[in-house]
Amino acid sequence: MQFDQLLQYTLSGLSTGAIYALIGIGFSIIYNATGIINFAQGEFVMLGGLLTLSSLELLKLPLWAAIPCSVAFSTVIGILFERLAIRPLKQPTPINLVIITIGGSILIRGLAMLVWGKDTHAIPPFSGDTPIPVGGATILPQHLWILAITLIIIIINKIYFYHTISGKAMRACAYNRRAAGLVGIDVRRMVLFSFIISSAMGAVAGIIVAPLTMTAYDVGVMLGLKGFCAAIIGGMSSGISTVIGGLILGVLESLGAGLISSGYKDAIAFIILLLILFIRPQGLFGKADSERV
Amino acid sequence: MKMKCLGLLCAFTTLFFSTTLFAASAPIKIGALFAVTGPAAFLGEPERNSAKMVIDEINKAGGVKGHKLELVAYDTSGDATKAVQLATKLIKDDKVVAIIGPSTTGETMAVIPVAEKEQIPLISCSAGSKITDPLKKWIFKTAQNDALAVGKIYEYLQKNKQTTVSILTVSDGFGASGREQLKNQAAKHGITIVSDDTYGPKDTDMTAQLTKIRGSHAQAIICWGTNPGPAVIAKNARQLGIKTPLFMSHGVSSKKFIELAGEAAEGIKLPSGKVVVADTLSGSDKQKKSLLAFVKDYQKHYKAEGDHFGGHAWDAVNLIKTAIESGAVTPAAIRDQLEKTRAFAGIGGSFTYSPQDHAGLGKDAFVLVEIKNKDWMIVK
Repeated sequence: MQFDQLLQYTLSGLSTGAIYALIGIGFSIIYNATGIINFAQGEFVMLGGLLTLSSLELLKLPLWAAIPCSVAFSTVIGILFERLAIRPLKQPTPINLVIITIGGSILIRGLAMLVWGKDTHAIPPFSGDTPIPVGGATILPQHLWILAITLIIIIINKIYFYHTISGKAMRACAYNRRAAGLVGIDVRRMVLFSFIISSAMGAVAGIIVAPLTMTAYDVGVMLGLKGFCAAIIGGMSSGISTVIGGLILGVLESLGAGLISSGYKDAIAFIILLLILFIRPQGLFGKADSERV
Repeated sequence: MKMKCLGLLCAFTTLFFSTTLFAASAPIKIGALFAVTGPAAFLGEPERNSAKMVIDEINKAGGVKGHKLELVAYDTSGDATKAVQLATKLIKDDKVVAIIGPSTTGETMAVIPVAEKEQIPLISCSAGSKITDPLKKWIFKTAQNDALAVGKIYEYLQKNKQTTVSILTVSDGFGASGREQLKNQAAKHGITIVSDDTYGPKDTDMTAQLTKIRGSHAQAIICWGTNPGPAVIAKNARQLGIKTPLFMSHGVSSKKFIELAGEAAEGIKLPSGKVVVADTLSGSDKQKKSLLAFVKDYQKHYKAEGDHFGGHAWDAVNLIKTAIESGAVTPAAIRDQLEKTRAFAGIGGSFTYSPQDHAGLGKDAFVLVEIKNKDWMIVK
């Protein structure tokens, strides 16, 4: 019995962790290209879910068509956000940019509240909701979707960043923006790219969790914060360490809620965040960065 | 020049006459504080809508005893500090004769001292028992006490000889108050709480808590929260294959919950105001007429199902209207009339206020309903 319980806690933790990971990678991509933390990342998660809902109900699209439609629309909003709020800034210091993203997130949330109302909405699962037994524990088909899609996105990410010109250019910006500019990389275009990728990823995360967690105009806040934690644990890398960060966070939360007390579930996430920032600010797996002069 | 003078004279005369005309039937101002935005918007929005709807209808029908009613409604966004400021504004600037709201217990507790000091009757739309217990001279309420809801579930369990329960409550004001009641009343009904867990209002996965509950072998699970948490819990319980009967609070007694939880909602039981089962009530039920009228009206005005939250405001406005009908126009007279309310068949229940009781409802305010085929069925 005890083993069953542990297995269930771990499986639940892994599936929520995968979501945190996906959102966390969105944070890291923008951070690496621009040096800012995009606190509006959570809002794209919300937009993904709610736009799918509208595509399903208003446009009467089937689910397989509603999903790309919603991702495309969220990406357009991501582009607009970069064009209208980030690019025109006269003094793009990190603190200004961070505050702008916070403002942007409040604006997007407010608009979403006006468009979709304050109610929570449900989205149908991709392939039924008959539980699948694993050992003594159970998971839902939607959990498998989440794990599979997260895996696919990570692989695509890897290929993009290491095997394409624009991916390599984006990494160059992450290492040194000025040097990247000097060798002819259009840094501002890379910033735009980073917003496109991360808003699309946020939207995907929002869509695949919506059948489980449901969606509302304000789901982005908490999911965004958890994704941020995952990114911090992973040392703001846009690769596998953020994924592991997300999974660790998910599993610890679930074990904490099950074994210690459910009241401390969120506290666990933020205690980990603080500990990492105090003890290993470079992330759980990162090498300490030498100060560039 | 002459024309201008004449025009001015005309204007003045009309103005003069119209003011005197209005003065003859000056509208009676009723204040309202609802959390229309913010976390408690699911309460405040239907409350504001219902209050507006009733006042409009009263005015369309010619008002009360020749007086038109005017609703001055403010949005507190669920913030107690704001609620206090707005209450003061209603009393000092708008000169209202009575206040309806606020929507949450926290806000109500903050506003009570203001209403008491200024001697303005206040009819709260929130559920906390402490609002009217101990009794306060100027404070009434229309929402059913949590204690009644908890009692309804426990009585059912007792009848079915189920003695061990697991409770899972949301970590906000509503959940905390429910948890307290669940713990306080357990012994009285011979019930043992074998596990006591909580979840955050924005949590998206409660399988961890439910796995723990599954291990505790309770005979029933009682979950206390408002959407969307309980819907997630229903889905999670189904995922884990938990067969233990699941009970919810009256906080989810709206169609929204069935819509969110889908299949997983089937078989869940909860105490609810009669509004959700209005059409299946027997004809002898005194509330039936009010309930059907409210549901029909709300549907007509807002294209949505009227829920019992809106009902709290409906009751409050109608209680004040009844008081004014019996001749009260000043705050003090309205208060006295309110206290004389006997068996007023409203949405929340049948209200009987007295100098000892300003909550006014009995156990019959709740019925235990079960979700079957995406609809509510009264549990006999």
